[in-house]
Amino acid sequence: MTAATAGQLLPLLILLPVTGATLLLGLGRYLPHGLAWGIAIVTVCLNGGAAAVGFSMAGHARLVGWLGGWRPDGAAGVVGIALVGDRVSLGLILVAAGLIVAALIFSWRYFTTQPHHFHALMLFFLAGMVGFALAGDIFTMFVFFELMGVAAYALTGMKVEDPSALQGAINFGIVNSLGAYLTLVGVAVIYAHTGALNLAQLSQILPQQGKATLVVGFVLLIAGYLVKAAIVPFHFWLDDAHAVAPTPVCVLFSGVMVELGLYGAARVYRIGFSSTELAAGAHQLFLIMGLVTAGLGALMCLLQRNLKRLLAYSTIAHLGIFLTVLASGTADAYGGLIVYLIAHAALKGALFLSAGMILNRFRSVDEFTLLKRRTVESGRDRALAITFAIAALGLAGVPPIGVGLGKALAETAMTEQGASWAPYFMIIISALTAGAVLRSGARIFLGIGAVRDDIEAEAMSGDEELLEIEVGDRVPMTMLAPALGLLACSFAAGLLGRLPTVATRMAAQFLDIQGYVDAVLHGATGYRPEPETAPSWALGSVLTALLSVLAAGVVCVLSLYRDRLPAPVRRGAPLLAPARVLHRLHSGRIGDYAVWLLIGIGGAAALVAV
Amino acid sequence: MSYYPYAVGLAIVLLGIIGIARSRDLVHAVVCLSISQSGTYVLLLAVGFDRGGVAPIFGSTVSRSTRVVDPVVQALTLTDIVVSAAVTSMLLAVVLQIAKRRDTVDPDQLRSLEG
Repeated sequence: MTAATAGQLLPLLILLPVTGATLLLGLGRYLPHGLAWGIAIVTVCLNGGAAAVGFSMAGHARLVGWLGGWRPDGAAGVVGIALVGDRVSLGLILVAAGLIVAALIFSWRYFTTQPHHFHALMLFFLAGMVGFALAGDIFTMFVFFELMGVAAYALTGMKVEDPSALQGAINFGIVNSLGAYLTLVGVAVIYAHTGALNLAQLSQILPQQGKATLVVGFVLLIAGYLVKAAIVPFHFWLDDAHAVAPTPVCVLFSGVMVELGLYGAARVYRIGFSSTELAAGAHQLFLIMGLVTAGLGALMCLLQRNLKRLLAYSTIAHLGIFLTVLASGTADAYGGLIVYLIAHAALKGALFLSAGMILNRFRSVDEFTLLKRRTVESGRDRALAITFAIAALGLAGVPPIGVGLGKALAETAMTEQGASWAPYFMIIISALTAGAVLRSGARIFLGIGAVRDDIEAEAMSGDEELLEIEVGDRVPMTMLAPALGLLACSFAAGLLGRLPTVATRMAAQFLDIQGYVDAVLHGATGYRPEPETAPSWALGSVLTALLSVLAAGVVCVLSLYRDRLPAPVRRGAPLLAPARVLHRLHSGRIGDYAVWLLIGIGGAAALVAV
Repeated sequence: MSYYPYAVGLAIVLLGIIGIARSRDLVHAVVCLSISQSGTYVLLLAVGFDRGGVAPIFGSTVSRSTRVVDPVVQALTLTDIVVSAAVTSMLLAVVLQIAKRRDTVDPDQLRSLEG
């Protein structure tokens, strides 16, 4: 099969899950549970397999497909819709397919009534993500963005008996759709000035545009993607949605959906705007928003007591780090980011699945409730406890798990570029988020830390998740196995010696704008030859990784025994007043979120323009 | 070319957002979201409009040299309407469920998500 044929087959990657989903919705009620589940799994595996074939072919040439055969020709310009598969977009599809398989296996014992709705929605969600990753023009990106969104809102509100789940779905839906409509306004502004929608074509036209058009078009265009990526101050929906969504769904949200938002912003910026006069402003925007997001996410993470909400804030903090790395813009840094992203997706998946198992066994994910009840006997749940502990340590960056490697590669590249603060920044953020996760695990599994009587039983929503099934006093293998599988993937990301080289080459291809334009507009799909680079674990990066694990341990112990600190330290150090303000800002009210959206857009425009 | 239709489109988008910000009723909020999206229809159609242009249906009376309005934005608007139908109906269904469970659709009385 040639690259051209493969390019024409790209729409199959979208059609396959849509077909599976329609089949399940139409026939689901007549099918036994196992068969419906089997159809879903087989469809996702087929899709993953096809994406893997595409991924290996995309190593030699970009795959470009034109829907309906509307290829660009010299006279009429570009009217068709292009789908472009390079290794980054196809790799993201692989990650999504892998996480969905894990989530589906986990959900085998999760829903009893009408599980085919859940399976069908998962397939629609996959179709949306695939389309978004492959789309080669800004309007098609918007359409698939919304398709992915609608499936995600429905998945969040799956448990219609639970009012807080429904409210989470509403907040998620309104904020994300509002962001998407701003993106659409951006599409309209850009089309009005350039007459083009195709990204490759835009990359040639946009450099001649005036600055005002560029600023307005760029900020509006990426607004929706930044909302999806939960960048401060657009992040409010994320923790609400994660706290109430079914656990297998959270795996997808944290592992790949929000990262796709970041991918959208990076794609549009790199191809469309990086050679315009806006490049410096956009760099500044990504850097500042990334730093603020990482900082706020890490602080809020430390303040949570609901495990799912805590993990959600840790995702926000990590996305902040991702955005900061994106701002740096070298192939080495992006390569590190790819390794980091894969390992983070696997680890976060394992952690959320652990949270799901904790919920199923002990009916709560509130660490104080569990600490008070002391129902958790570590002996019987040793496998679960160990999984959780390893995943938490991996999040801090313990070698040889891939997160540490990805961070090390990215921070080395950033330091070489003059950002000497990068390693410290990453150590601090990892220590705070991983420390919070470790603390939570210590309270839940080891029962250590002071029980304070002044804490009310239930402070937050999403704690008492309504369950449809009793699991008894053992975690079933179908729940533990996918978590262990994901954990294994995170180890593989750190241990596969060739991964950093492959990732760096993927990143270089992602950054090669001329190559992208030639492939889409002129059919020249090959790559420029790239030099062989093979960075991997170095002594320095192992030491930095261990340092951040140590720091995470310190944070964990300090927050466990905060009450036993000497009085002056306790009164001086904790950030209680700012913490209260932060809590009040996260009001759970949709009106406030809409205002924050407007403020964020204004701020972003100011940052880009200055 | 007049800037009036652009101003109207943007104003509708902004009014929708302000409506959501001030909303005391989730049905109202979802409808405001839909209003905000209608602003994008106006904006898109305004972009492709050409005074004196006819519908771009090429045949015996309309040839390549005839002035026509831009069909691309019309295709975008139609797609946009479909997307909007999906989003609005989905969110209204969720609001309906909330009303069933809690007997209220006032976000201030539904404060279960503080955190």
